[in-house]
Amino acid sequence: MTDINATREPGRLGRVWNSNFVYSFRKNPVAVVSMAIFLLIAAAALLAPWLAPVDPYDPSLFDIMDSELPPVWSDSGDSRFLFGTDDQGRDLWSAILYGTRLSLIIGLCAVALQALLGISIGLIAGYVGGRTDSLLMRLADIQLSFSTLMVAIIFLAVTQAMFGSETFNQYAVFMLIAVIGVAEWPQYARTVRATVLAEKKKEYVDSARVLGFGPLRIMVRHILPNSLSPIFVISTVQVANAIISEASLSFLGLGMPPSQPSLGSLISSGFDYIFSGSWWITAIPGVVLVVLVLVINLLGDWMRDVLNPKLYKG
Amino acid sequence: MKDAITQDAPLLKLKGLEKRFELDKGLLEQIKFKNGKLTREARAVHAVNGINLTANRGEALCVVGESGCGKSTVARLVAGLLTPSAGEIHYDGSRIDTLGRRELLPLRKKMQMVFQNPYSSLNPRMTIQQALEEPVSHHFPKLSRAEVRDKVAEVMRSVGVDPSWGKRYPHEFSGGQRQRIAIARALTVDPEFVIADEPISALDVSIQAQILNLMLEAKDERGLTYLFITHDLSVVQHFGTRVAVLYLGTLCELSDTATLFENPKHPYSRALLSAVPQLKDDKPNHIRLKGEIPTPIEMPQGCPFQSRCAFATNRCQAEKPRPLQQPDGSLVACHAVEEGRIDA
Amino acid sequence: MSLLSVRDLTVKFAMRDQTVTALNQISFDVGRGERIGIVGESGAGKSITGFSLLNLISKPGFIAGGEILFDGQDIAKMKEAELRKIRGNRMAMIFQDPMVTLNPVLTIGQQMVETLMAHRKLSRAEAEQIAVLKLREVYIPSPEERLHQYPHELSGGMRQRIIIAIALLLDPQLIIADEPTTALDVTIQADIMELLLELCQSNKVGLILITHDLGVVSQMTERTLVMYAGRIIENGPTREIINDPQHPYTQGLINALPQQTLPGHKLKQIPGNMPALTDIPPGCPFSPRCSYATDRCRSERPRISRYGTVEVACHEVERLLKDEKKEMTA
Repeated sequence: MTDINATREPGRLGRVWNSNFVYSFRKNPVAVVSMAIFLLIAAAALLAPWLAPVDPYDPSLFDIMDSELPPVWSDSGDSRFLFGTDDQGRDLWSAILYGTRLSLIIGLCAVALQALLGISIGLIAGYVGGRTDSLLMRLADIQLSFSTLMVAIIFLAVTQAMFGSETFNQYAVFMLIAVIGVAEWPQYARTVRATVLAEKKKEYVDSARVLGFGPLRIMVRHILPNSLSPIFVISTVQVANAIISEASLSFLGLGMPPSQPSLGSLISSGFDYIFSGSWWITAIPGVVLVVLVLVINLLGDWMRDVLNPKLYKG
Repeated sequence: MKDAITQDAPLLKLKGLEKRFELDKGLLEQIKFKNGKLTREARAVHAVNGINLTANRGEALCVVGESGCGKSTVARLVAGLLTPSAGEIHYDGSRIDTLGRRELLPLRKKMQMVFQNPYSSLNPRMTIQQALEEPVSHHFPKLSRAEVRDKVAEVMRSVGVDPSWGKRYPHEFSGGQRQRIAIARALTVDPEFVIADEPISALDVSIQAQILNLMLEAKDERGLTYLFITHDLSVVQHFGTRVAVLYLGTLCELSDTATLFENPKHPYSRALLSAVPQLKDDKPNHIRLKGEIPTPIEMPQGCPFQSRCAFATNRCQAEKPRPLQQPDGSLVACHAVEEGRIDA
Repeated sequence: MSLLSVRDLTVKFAMRDQTVTALNQISFDVGRGERIGIVGESGAGKSITGFSLLNLISKPGFIAGGEILFDGQDIAKMKEAELRKIRGNRMAMIFQDPMVTLNPVLTIGQQMVETLMAHRKLSRAEAEQIAVLKLREVYIPSPEERLHQYPHELSGGMRQRIIIAIALLLDPQLIIADEPTTALDVTIQADIMELLLELCQSNKVGLILITHDLGVVSQMTERTLVMYAGRIIENGPTREIINDPQHPYTQGLINALPQQTLPGHKLKQIPGNMPALTDIPPGCPFSPRCSYATDRCRSERPRISRYGTVEVACHEVERLLKDEKKEMTA
């Protein structure tokens, strides 16, 4: 059994390696560099507990005497703190590692929620059509006519007031995922519905209907796998957007609390000290955020070009 | 006696079949401003207008006509992909157009469809093996995996597809091979009736012959009955036992293939036959029709063919001709033929 | 001298990791006012031939060799500005789909007048007069009104007539028609073909008709080229090719038509598929499907050579005809 697998595996790997998708990736330096940077950031974030010199969530480890130390490369830098420290004497390098991890987790989970909601609603709207379609799409229109941030701010402000900041801070991660996830599902629903409408007209769907398959099977087994390309493309853009939304909310004080900082709350907490000369507390997490969002968007652009059915016919 | 009746009863029977596609669906689209008044009117495409047709067991009934004549709509109505606006569809003695999806399930095994475009009729994300196994395991849930695989392999061999190709995806095959696979998929559930909607018109000449041969073989070996939709008259002559000529969703002429090609009676059938470019005949003496097919949105009163017909009279403009039995057994819907104004 | 003379034309396409030969050293001539047909199945290279005659091959394709002499000038080596003087003017092209060839946002009149004024020094009124004249030539009823209509207001057959009228606007010497009636219905197709034939004959215009339909070729053309896998495999008078095809592929193509078999009987099919351009077998490209194929066919590429009035690229035909000659002399 293992022998068969061993002989077959390289063939399959070779096939993937030579597929159009991977080939165009290999031939596109921007995509390769972006992917490398993204993987680096993701790996660093994932391994934060092992990479970080101190636990940034434990205030007992901070020394107020170390507060506002600049990064090592400046004259008054301290070799213990690579990127310097913030106002409480917290190691910024550790805080950024943990913060990036939080930002990524919130971004990915929010997008997963968006995708789950949006794909199922889009599939049903596109496949069933008629009144169901109109109803669901008008709902999406209404949802879209509120700005994501506005909905999030109202929702988070109200819950914060209702439960008090203690409880709120405890569940902030889930609140952020829920609010960003729910606010942006129409993006998915609209894209999926459009592709479903196009796929539904193709004869393989008729063929499945003539064979007597049920609507659920046709939607999930036949239409969905053929609608994946735009879903991939939109997902990259949405992850970047979700990370930015989270950062914005945290910056406004409605997201992650300063005790468990994400990139947004780090930028926010450093903002007060920017005029007293401690630029690094805001600037370094800011650069990390920009680079992270930029590489995700660049990957999304590349993917859109490759998967565009008008440019490339499979 | 009773057996004889069920033997002779047609497998498929269409009674006054009609299909309209509404163009103006919403209320706002239906409101029109005309002559200073607001009126409500809904435009519709009259794709199929009252067709009566039967298909007997073991025959290949061909439906021919030009684009927009409703031939594909007939196929899709019979296959249950569309629901008729009026009329009835009977299969093997029982009415099927009112059945729901679950009630139709046993029928799906008996009635299958082959589509025009082999490039879109196979799911591009499924391997050939998956695509062929899916209907078998869906309709024969009692079969084991090995039995399913055996059945699929047997069908693949019968259509000239090597079972070892099963792991490949449709895009790795040529048009002709894909159409073989699509036929195999329809045959996996052992149907007795196959609807073929222009199954060879997307293929090259040398491949068309392969596919037609394959379909003829399947007919002989499995005793299939075909409803064969095409615009290609040379294929009809070769393949069909009986032919129905459609024009604007209406039946013009229904007769045995040989009778139609020897002696077409309806003016439209005559024009259609004469328009086929002949290989060895130097003189193209085709009957020129004036104008083009009118849109099926505003159907003319009377005979649908009147605007292009050289024999049209006042009666043709006013009264819709009914299909009448001719001495040689064919059905022709034409006032001029009925009145003997066209010499045979 | 013939109007168009193509010599060893080779067109290649640069693919990801290889170069594919789409046209392999094809040579043919078109005389003044001569009508020739190019038949073949999809992928045989017949459309690429049509495009390369106007030097319209775009990346990743390119003309890799050979010459296209039109009235003595080599189109393959012409600059874009010189080409523009020939395209549409002395050589016109009619495409397959009448629904997409016309610009949907311009009226018929605008499209015709602009074409005329781009090539000739004419006033707008003069150009319109010519346009009306040409529309009348293709039997368009009330042409003055049509000038102000948009393409979507006209039926498919009407549009194809207008496209023919546009092709004839500048009195070209040669029309290249790429499957001009495939998108149309049978009765309309017959009309359009008759019209095209009539116009070519009365205006002494040469015609290259690219089609997969042997029936159409038989009715429209004087000479026929049969293409297979980017090569011309048979070239001769249409009558002879239809009645007495020499190349096994041409024979197979004609015999596979349903008209050639008694109703209900098995059609004479050609086994297999045309090879993809990426893996054309060595030797004769048709050899894997050919029932006469010998070892020589599988290893050595047959050259196209003339036997009487017909040119054929086939080892077996060559051998048979030699035998016949021997018998004759003996």
